[in-house]
Amino acid sequence: MLLELKNLEVAYGDYQVVWGVSLNVDEGEVVTLLGPNGSGKSTVLNTISGLVPVMRGDILVSGASIIGRPTHHRAGLGIAHVLERRRVFPHLTVQQNLLLGAWHREARSKRDATIAKVASMFPILRDRANQLANSLSGGEQQMLALARGLMAMPRLLMVDEPFLGLAPQIVEQMKDIFENIRKTGIAILFIEQNVRLALSMADRGYVLESGRLAVAGESKSLVNDKTVRKVFLGE
Amino acid sequence: MCVKLLPQPDICMSSDVIIQAIVSGLLMGLIYALVAVGLSLIFGLMEIVNFAHGEFLMLSMFFSFWLWVLVGLDPLLSIPLVAAALAICGFATHYGIVRHILKAPMLAQICATFGLAIAIRSLAQFLWTPDFRTIQDPLVAGRIEIGGIFIGQPQLVAGLVCLTAFIGLWLFVSRTETGLALQATAQDREAAAVMGIPTDRMFALGWAIGLACVAVAGSMLSAFYFVFPDVGINFALLAFVAVALGGFGSIMGSLAAGISIGLVESLGGVLISPSYKSLIVFGLYFAVVLIRPTGLFGRY
Ligand SMILES: Nc1ncnc2c1ncn2[C@@H]1O[C@H](COP(=O)(O)OP(=O)(O)OP(=O)(O)O)[C@@H](O)[C@H]1O
Ligand SMILES: [Mg+2]
Repeated sequence: MLLELKNLEVAYGDYQVVWGVSLNVDEGEVVTLLGPNGSGKSTVLNTISGLVPVMRGDILVSGASIIGRPTHHRAGLGIAHVLERRRVFPHLTVQQNLLLGAWHREARSKRDATIAKVASMFPILRDRANQLANSLSGGEQQMLALARGLMAMPRLLMVDEPFLGLAPQIVEQMKDIFENIRKTGIAILFIEQNVRLALSMADRGYVLESGRLAVAGESKSLVNDKTVRKVFLGE
Repeated sequence: MCVKLLPQPDICMSSDVIIQAIVSGLLMGLIYALVAVGLSLIFGLMEIVNFAHGEFLMLSMFFSFWLWVLVGLDPLLSIPLVAAALAICGFATHYGIVRHILKAPMLAQICATFGLAIAIRSLAQFLWTPDFRTIQDPLVAGRIEIGGIFIGQPQLVAGLVCLTAFIGLWLFVSRTETGLALQATAQDREAAAVMGIPTDRMFALGWAIGLACVAVAGSMLSAFYFVFPDVGINFALLAFVAVALGGFGSIMGSLAAGISIGLVESLGGVLISPSYKSLIVFGLYFAVVLIRPTGLFGRY
């Protein structure tokens, strides 16, 4: 198993926000993490990348626990994290943002080849290579954030709300890009609030409610699941 | 040509005096700029204000002084040693103090570096007494005359060395991969960390580079300025002004602001009165802060 969370519990100070979440992602799988605002989705991803410490439970990558490893070691383990709200380096150019994406040793040694691949996936970024990242549109910045994540040559790409604030035709474009990433064999764990959209893309889904897993399963079975409806529509 | 003095309009001043003031202001401004850029770099990187900045300048001047007294090494030649010593101080400050207060409330952060300032200054007074000291007969001394303008040679060398250090710093930050990582860390430390950039090490590096800049400025100052435990206070104050003028975290902004301060100070000194020169500098500061609170330049 590529990634396994075992009874993960996370707190900010005394305020616990994640309760006993277990989740796994296999090689090459596309998995979505769903849940209403404030249900703890970002917290789970931030814990996997080490930005937030684990209170209890375990995180395993390829069967080995990564608890206690500093954040900057986790990229080298094959985990890339595209943070919520894009978080590109605003005062650096598109090209510089991309180069920095390949920081860890293995990615750096293959950087030129990766950048060529990524540029063919995101032609818009090639045109804007020397522009400052903060001069890009929101959609372009989201592309850059995703491309920068790919520069690390991850085995698991975690993306926090990639569709937030995108125009419908950009959403379609983004879906195609995800499909292309999946074809290269990279596993994807992504957060999304639009249930229908997320389940149309993912193999499996997990639904969080107030920091606990409400339901999990194959996308097909979740589409018509009663609990999912209850969580999202309050039915 | 004749220039009228503001408080005494009946006195006439030759244009030589003005050019003289511009040249010396420019040279002093380069030193201010290098002190300021260290402060700016550290602030831009981790939003910590180094209130001990002036004390590190003082330390580097004393290091330079003692290397001259004890080993006979001229300030110009001891720059690498003093810079290395201050870089080590930078690492020590980061690992010993700063990394433990990064998430602390602002007041705690202020107290930490302010306390460090007082500790260093007291230690200097204890070890070296509050006496004023000077380096006699440095390698470069005296002054040269170019078309009626006199330029102190130590000041000229100091200005050129500081400018060189500045260019080196700028090339490092904008052209090397480590420099880019430093900028990335300054702009978004979490995003940098998830990409594998060791942000804590970048912070330490920022401190080391910031204090090494101070060391170069301090070494150069020690050749023509008094060395005493309180010497850093005024320079630090000007550095704060320069950082506010230049924009927090902006390298070129620090350069422009440092030079502006040097010019305003020395021109104000001859055109108005030497006793008003600080007032003029702070007046300029207030004007800029009111009109452009983010400083004259953006980040980096
Ligand atoms: N740095 C923090 N300090 C304290 N509490 C936090 C912090 N970050 C998040 N929280 C709290 O943790 C809970 C879960 O937040 P989280 O951001 O993980 O939710 P989310 O599911 O990603 O929400 P959204 O859909 O709005 O992005 C919320 O109640 C939030 O207020
Ligand atoms: Mg979130």
